[in-house]
Amino acid sequence: MAAASDAYAPPRLLTLILQRKTLAVGLLILAVVTLLAVLAPLVAPYSPSKLSIVNRLKPPGAEWFFGTDEFGRDIFSRTIYAGQLSLLVGAAATAFACVVGIALGIVAGFFRKADALVSRVVDAMMAFPDILLAIALVAALGPSLATVIVALGIVYAPRLARIVRASTLVIRELPYVEAARALGVPTWRIMTRHVLRNLVSPILVQATFIFAYAMLAEAGLSFLGVGVSPEIPTWGTMIASGRQYVGQADWMTVFPGIAIVLTVLSLQLVGDGLRDLLDPRLRKDL
Amino acid sequence: MRSSDNNVLLSVRGLVKQFATKSGPVKAVDGVSFEVGRGQILGIVGESGSGKTTAGRAVLRLVEPTSGEAVFDGVDLFGLSEKELRPYRRRMQIIFQDPYSSLNPRMRVGDIIGEAIDTHGLAKGAARRVRIEELLARVGLSAEHARRYPNEFSGGQRQRIGIARALAVEPELIIADEPVSALDVSVQSQVLNLIQELQRELGLTMVFISHDLTVVEYLCDEIVVLYLGRVMEKGPSRAVHAAPRHPYTRALLATAPIPDPTVKRERVILQGDIPSPLDPPSGCVFRTRCPHATEACAKVVPPAEEVGPGHSVACIRHAELFS
Amino acid sequence: MAHSAAVPVRPEAAMLADDVMLKADDLQTHFIMGSRAAKSVDGVSLTVRRGETLAVVGESGSGKSVTSLSIMRLLAHPGRIVGGRILYRLRDGTVVDLATTGQKLMRSIRGREIAMIFQEPMTSLNPLFTVGDQIMEMVRLHEPVSRNEARARALEMLELVEIPAAAKRLDQYPHEMSGGMRQRVMIALALACRPALLIADEPTTALDVTIQAQILDLMRRLQREIGMSILFVTHNLGVVAEIAHEVAVMYAGRVVEQASVTDLFARPKHPYTKGLLACIPDPKRDRATDGSRRMLDPIPGSVPSIMALPRGCSFAPRCPLVEPACEAEPPVLERAGVNHLTRCRRHELL
Repeated sequence: MAAASDAYAPPRLLTLILQRKTLAVGLLILAVVTLLAVLAPLVAPYSPSKLSIVNRLKPPGAEWFFGTDEFGRDIFSRTIYAGQLSLLVGAAATAFACVVGIALGIVAGFFRKADALVSRVVDAMMAFPDILLAIALVAALGPSLATVIVALGIVYAPRLARIVRASTLVIRELPYVEAARALGVPTWRIMTRHVLRNLVSPILVQATFIFAYAMLAEAGLSFLGVGVSPEIPTWGTMIASGRQYVGQADWMTVFPGIAIVLTVLSLQLVGDGLRDLLDPRLRKDL
Repeated sequence: MRSSDNNVLLSVRGLVKQFATKSGPVKAVDGVSFEVGRGQILGIVGESGSGKTTAGRAVLRLVEPTSGEAVFDGVDLFGLSEKELRPYRRRMQIIFQDPYSSLNPRMRVGDIIGEAIDTHGLAKGAARRVRIEELLARVGLSAEHARRYPNEFSGGQRQRIGIARALAVEPELIIADEPVSALDVSVQSQVLNLIQELQRELGLTMVFISHDLTVVEYLCDEIVVLYLGRVMEKGPSRAVHAAPRHPYTRALLATAPIPDPTVKRERVILQGDIPSPLDPPSGCVFRTRCPHATEACAKVVPPAEEVGPGHSVACIRHAELFS
Repeated sequence: MAHSAAVPVRPEAAMLADDVMLKADDLQTHFIMGSRAAKSVDGVSLTVRRGETLAVVGESGSGKSVTSLSIMRLLAHPGRIVGGRILYRLRDGTVVDLATTGQKLMRSIRGREIAMIFQEPMTSLNPLFTVGDQIMEMVRLHEPVSRNEARARALEMLELVEIPAAAKRLDQYPHEMSGGMRQRVMIALALACRPALLIADEPTTALDVTIQAQILDLMRRLQREIGMSILFVTHNLGVVAEIAHEVAVMYAGRVVEQASVTDLFARPKHPYTKGLLACIPDPKRDRATDGSRRMLDPIPGSVPSIMALPRGCSFAPRCPLVEPACEAEPPVLERAGVNHLTRCRRHELL
């Protein structure tokens, strides 16, 4: 087994992805959703804000695929446009959570004094239910799109901080980190080059899950009326406004609901798939 | 003293390393002293719990020593700040036991060696690439290996990469911590030969840490025998092997398996286990397993006594037993 | 699997000589992954005599551990015995082929007829039970004895393996013991039902030198007293010299040489064995009186992957004696002396 390397040729990335059904399906759905959102002006048959009182609460049909809302706006177009903001909130919150969580986690993993404080705060924050903490933060910061992003970022940062800290504690004791220290490599370079680079896989996996959670939470906040302003179409605000018409026009809630479910599902599939793909123990068996 | 001698590159005196554990403080290294002459190979031999690895790490300040001094080329390394230490990092390097965890799996071989070059600003651009290729050739690998990742190599090849990384900064002293223990027998000898070649050609000074007395006898000029953090015996390799003066050294020599079924040796099989460093025996730490222990051994920590040129032993009974 | 449940005495069983406990004959164990098969054990033949120790020595990937697991039929998926026989003599004198024995009979053979100890005693002992419980369970699994009788046997076993304060140790958990003590417990556990064959897979590799000496000494003494046979798997030729009567050297899934221990070390008849002996430092041979060192003679290259073995002799790419014929066709086991077999067509040159 020592010389197995000779026959080793790294398989192409595409082949690796296609061999994993969950990952391939997840990525496919995610790509379609993202493309639709990005290309909304080209794809959507109507403007998302075009009112048409005559056509209010029309059921799905040939003219309006997903029906219309109480102001006669086309649900199909709105769902596509809403995807832009929902995905944006999810992505931005995830990015925020990553920056804060990774920084806190790696500092806590490297410096014992910082660890005492960081770990305490992280534990305290994780004791609260996500949505409750988000509501409190939005209430404190004042509701706006930016606030929602920051609040969700703060809510999910501790998850990453905890994973990064735990892995840092393990990696910092490995001989290759010792070798770097023996060479006199500065601590910050050890953190990025030797520790962070080996954490890319767990962070990536966790980030896809946080993306899904953040999108759901945004919808929840909007539904509860503490999120982005109700005029801005997100899947959350659409469901919130459709809630009054559930009995007479359930398409107002069903379609944005399906959009959320599909996107969250695809993210979960991607997360699971990545975890398998990046796990070296599973990969060796290929 | 010999320490002022210009021929001594590293002089360690009274090295103590204490770790705080949940069950209380543990002295992993307890007053270890040794000297390494320029261009010499010093072997540190010991079983688990002897503190041999910790001693090596402490000299390089990879673990912070509790007390003692390590004078490298006239300067006490333990008195330096991390910043003041950096120029010395270039002059001392380490080779590890485990060829797997000692290389960052996410870095290409060229970058692993290149990091050493970059850290001390030794070469840039084309010169850097040439230097990496030289180093790979030096350890018996080829230039195209620079683009590959560690997992594409066998254990022996990985150990060569680790050696190339250490050589990249042109060190004067290398601490090799069980560098061949994890390798297959046929590969061990390749790496031992490489180490010798490099030592000779580059005039390296080495501290070779090992549990394998045979390898140490073969390779080293001087030997330090550690047990539970203390020096039992030290001296020139040949003298220690030809006339061991400590009961522990004698037992180690008698029990090291020799690949020759016709050799009949005096059987000295030590009874019992190595005591826990949490609760080391009073007096001589070896007395609980020593076939010659007396009551007096429990009372005093035996001082190191000179028994020959550069050969000393820490046993109060060595004169009556083995002279 | 085509294994039948009942294994009658077969006519060929008579081929097992009286002093032979175990005889593997052209054993083939492959790990089948999709369309590819890793031939971990590729035609291994070996013989363990009654009351003697056969050491199987080899480097990583030589197939030495897979051979011992095949005999115990403890192969993990996807490993499978695909050919050959493992003839073994039971206590009642019947000879069975372990390669095709049914699972039920195999279960009664393990522990009672053949026992096994491993390199890492910590992972082979259950951390949740005291060592006494584990030995008692073992005894009661194979013999109809009461709890008290089993406990008495457990105590007797711990005393047999020279564990100090055995009565107290009986009620301790594995984690309360040192590595050497745990290996003694493993041996006690293995010997509790007085097996006729003990398979020891690198039992001293994880131990310190002084502790290794204790365990080897213990195994030699137990062999003398109980008269069991031992199949000792190791990578360490020094340990082989200390413990073995017979030695089988394995390389890339095959036995390349088998001989008595004195013969093998004095007159190795395979270039691989000779190479292995030459590359272990021997201070008497390799250091001159002035202290200068002679370079070692390493075997060039590295062990081939079992997924990509050469067509002919698998040692040919590293062999100093190689000739074109070696690369064309794999060599067969040849007789190179009394009870001395080698898989080298050029062994007369040695």
